[in-house]
Amino acid sequence: MSAAATTIAHEVPPQAGPRAFLHRLRRGDEIAHLITLTFAAAILLITSLLVYELWINSHLSRTHFGWAFFWTKVWDPNFDNFGAAPFIYGTLVTSVLALLLAVPLGLASAIFLSELAPRNVSDTISFLIDLLASVPSVIYGLLGIFIVVPLMRTTFGPLLIHTVGNLPYVGALFRGPNYGVGFLTAGIVLAIMVVPFIISVSREVLLTVPREQREAAMALGATRWESTWQVVVPWARTGIMGSVFLALARALGETMAVTMVIGNAAVINTSLLAPGDTIASTIANQFTEATGDLYLSALIELGLVLFLITFILNGLARILIVATERGGGRPA
Amino acid sequence: MSSRRIVWRKSLNYVMLTLTGIAAFAVVSVLFLILGYLIWNGGTSLNWNFFTQLPKPVGETGGGMANAIVGTMKLLFLAAVMGLPIGLFAGVYLAEFGGKTFSFVVRYTTDLLNGVPSIVIGIFASALFVLPVKHFSAFAGGVALGIMVIPITVRSTEEFLRAVPGNMREAAMALGASRWKTIATVVLPAASGGILTGMLLALARVAGETAPLLFTAFGNRFWSQGWGQPIASLPVMIYTYAVAPYDDWHRQAWAAGLVLLALVLVSNLGARFILARSKAV
Amino acid sequence: MKKALLVVWLMMVSMAFTAPRAAAQGGTINLNAAGATFPYPIYSKWFDVYHTAHPNLQINYQSIGSGGGIRQLQAGTVDFGASDVPVTDEQLAQFKVKVLHFPTVLGAVVPTYNIAGVSGELNFTQKALAGIYLGTITKWNDSEIAKANPGVNLPNTDIVVIHRSEGSGTSFIWTDFLAKVSDDWKNKVGKAAASVNWPVGLGGKGNEGVTGLVKQTPNAIGYIELIYAVQNNIPYGKVQNAAGKFVKADLAGVTAAAAADAKNIPDDFRVSITNAAGPTVYPIASFTWLLIPAQIQDAAKRDAIKDFLKWMLTDGQNYNEGLSYAQLPKAVVARETKAISLIQ
Repeated sequence: MSAAATTIAHEVPPQAGPRAFLHRLRRGDEIAHLITLTFAAAILLITSLLVYELWINSHLSRTHFGWAFFWTKVWDPNFDNFGAAPFIYGTLVTSVLALLLAVPLGLASAIFLSELAPRNVSDTISFLIDLLASVPSVIYGLLGIFIVVPLMRTTFGPLLIHTVGNLPYVGALFRGPNYGVGFLTAGIVLAIMVVPFIISVSREVLLTVPREQREAAMALGATRWESTWQVVVPWARTGIMGSVFLALARALGETMAVTMVIGNAAVINTSLLAPGDTIASTIANQFTEATGDLYLSALIELGLVLFLITFILNGLARILIVATERGGGRPA
Repeated sequence: MSSRRIVWRKSLNYVMLTLTGIAAFAVVSVLFLILGYLIWNGGTSLNWNFFTQLPKPVGETGGGMANAIVGTMKLLFLAAVMGLPIGLFAGVYLAEFGGKTFSFVVRYTTDLLNGVPSIVIGIFASALFVLPVKHFSAFAGGVALGIMVIPITVRSTEEFLRAVPGNMREAAMALGASRWKTIATVVLPAASGGILTGMLLALARVAGETAPLLFTAFGNRFWSQGWGQPIASLPVMIYTYAVAPYDDWHRQAWAAGLVLLALVLVSNLGARFILARSKAV
Repeated sequence: MKKALLVVWLMMVSMAFTAPRAAAQGGTINLNAAGATFPYPIYSKWFDVYHTAHPNLQINYQSIGSGGGIRQLQAGTVDFGASDVPVTDEQLAQFKVKVLHFPTVLGAVVPTYNIAGVSGELNFTQKALAGIYLGTITKWNDSEIAKANPGVNLPNTDIVVIHRSEGSGTSFIWTDFLAKVSDDWKNKVGKAAASVNWPVGLGGKGNEGVTGLVKQTPNAIGYIELIYAVQNNIPYGKVQNAAGKFVKADLAGVTAAAAADAKNIPDDFRVSITNAAGPTVYPIASFTWLLIPAQIQDAAKRDAIKDFLKWMLTDGQNYNEGLSYAQLPKAVVARETKAISLIQ
């Protein structure tokens, strides 16, 4: 079809009209476009179906509680009084904590692995870190119980209470009583669970930054760190943000590990050392034993609320990206 | 530039780079801690029986998780077959063909899908594939896991396709290749390392999921025939054994965790090996 | 090295697709069942022993929770279910086919605690337990606890209350008892339920989680199934029964609880035996049931289930004590044996 010898490129500029369309069709581009479009649309279909199912099955609860579901603080299966407020709070707190811990740690590790470590060491370590992603959440939960919870109760918690806890304003985040289980513990366990995603994807993206970029920075006299932080990382910004989205999503939807270390108290508490609960953990805990249609419907509505939270958080994050776009990124 | 400034920049350089090293070290230590814990607690239960015998009731020695090991492999296979193509082609669409708004919507939706709790996906798959036919199946479990595989695959495929430098595409087009041929023969192979990483990461993640399997694949104490019957899996066995009152079952749960990790490790290695071989040709 | 890895990989893949087929393709009866987690150890024992005796019958039981078992039975995805909680009237109405309850074993729920300096058994009055879980009794040396334990040095520390994080049959039994002995509890928290709005406390996942939390947290109290306390060798207290006596949970006391009111057990066996009358009775005990559809179309499956039930009520019961479950009293066994004929 294309002779390498011809000097005129075979590529015809896209023209309107059926002849051009037929041309593109024969060349397979249109088909490729259609096929990939179908698969992309399949994702929309699956998600829409999911939301539809959630919407339909939460009908009873939605009509019964209305908007009050969002700010009611009580979750009482016995008296059929359900409110999502404590769980919304718990979900937001644990996820934000997880990201605050995982993003710096993950990004720093990814930088180390892509810039500083010798290639085969970096490959091996990255490979092993990928394994962390496959550890079942039950095991993360058990490890949390056996290792993180006692540490938090005996060492870490009291330390935080006596140091940061005495500062004004910030101190309210670290008040007793301290049981070892709570928001902070859940945040730490979640951070460990999502850090492999950040490291894995960020490292790969950082590796794709063209050498010319680094070399240009060095040629201008930048130190290694400056070249990395001010040139390489911004270039890879969209990929890194993508990995953060992956991490956020995992943190929001994690059930098993969180439920084993968060203390499961349906209350709102400013102290990070206090027990709480999240939406995903509540759904997972109570779904199998839920009897009664309103109860079940309320649990499904919780799922819908989580979907809404994910929607809003993703939107906010995207706005943040656009707002901080100062150039220096890879041309889209 | 003043020498003070240079000193500052140099020390900052040193400090920050050391910090990155510390961060990487911290993460790797956590990994080894987890591995060590699993080996310490489950290592003693790993014997030939574990890999070849069916589960036995408590109090009887010689039980194993052979059916769960095979079950996990079958489920991962299903998840890969169903979810990876969707993720791959959707990623290709977003990177190569997509219009601005439609792509935005698809990306946003993919992130939303990623955030759905695994138990909700399990309930969803159950409503579609279990309740209408009134029986559990490996297929339904594969569907649930397949849905969870899609978002990570899409994101990494798109990201690494975009990272392929424009001049490679232009060179191919200059040689007369059509759009799809460029993608298939030049761009995808160039991005294959990163894409494979994403796929393996996605599969690794679903390998350890319990909740979506409870109402779809269900679980099985015996061997499962074909794809339409309830099937055992390592995460569900771990979950069942970990909350039981018997020490022997706890040790088996840890051992199962270790085997699951090993399974993912070997699959990873195998896939990368095959990719390297096909590229080397 | 690389070749070896490739070989291993291929081996694994081929294993996945050529897994050994079960013995006797033709004539194998496969039953699927789902439900309660509490009796899982004894059920897995029974189904395995029965399978060895009847190789053509495979009973696959998965412990996804009592509620899950009920719902899967309603949906028709399992052949029978199991529940620690008797099915309510509303749920029964949702079944297309009538469902029969068959008690299988008895279990007990015990209070366990972790108090520095206290290694023996504590006596808990009914008001003490209710008060602790309501949050009205907050210190270990509260008079309600102290007066039942003369001579024990109870510290002046806050009680850390531990309950179950997820819905569970164990919680059902515990709240059933509290609702019966405390009007305050009944009014504030409600009737017995697998999941309630706990006034105070932290949640642990599963009996295992509660045990773990109690072991780790000083001044904690939690409730767990007797079998966990026995297997893990942890101290648990005596509970005051309706006759005023402090009884330590053991298999005999649990069977006594069931036998105490055996005449008054309704025909459908849906009964609560907490706080039963009698001096030797352990007050926090309960049946756990198998839920069998009253009409089973498949004749082979129907006969298999009926035969299993007969076996369970006779030989099966001999395995109970070995796994720390109590046997059913003779009177109940007799009535159940008659009820088997109701399965058509």
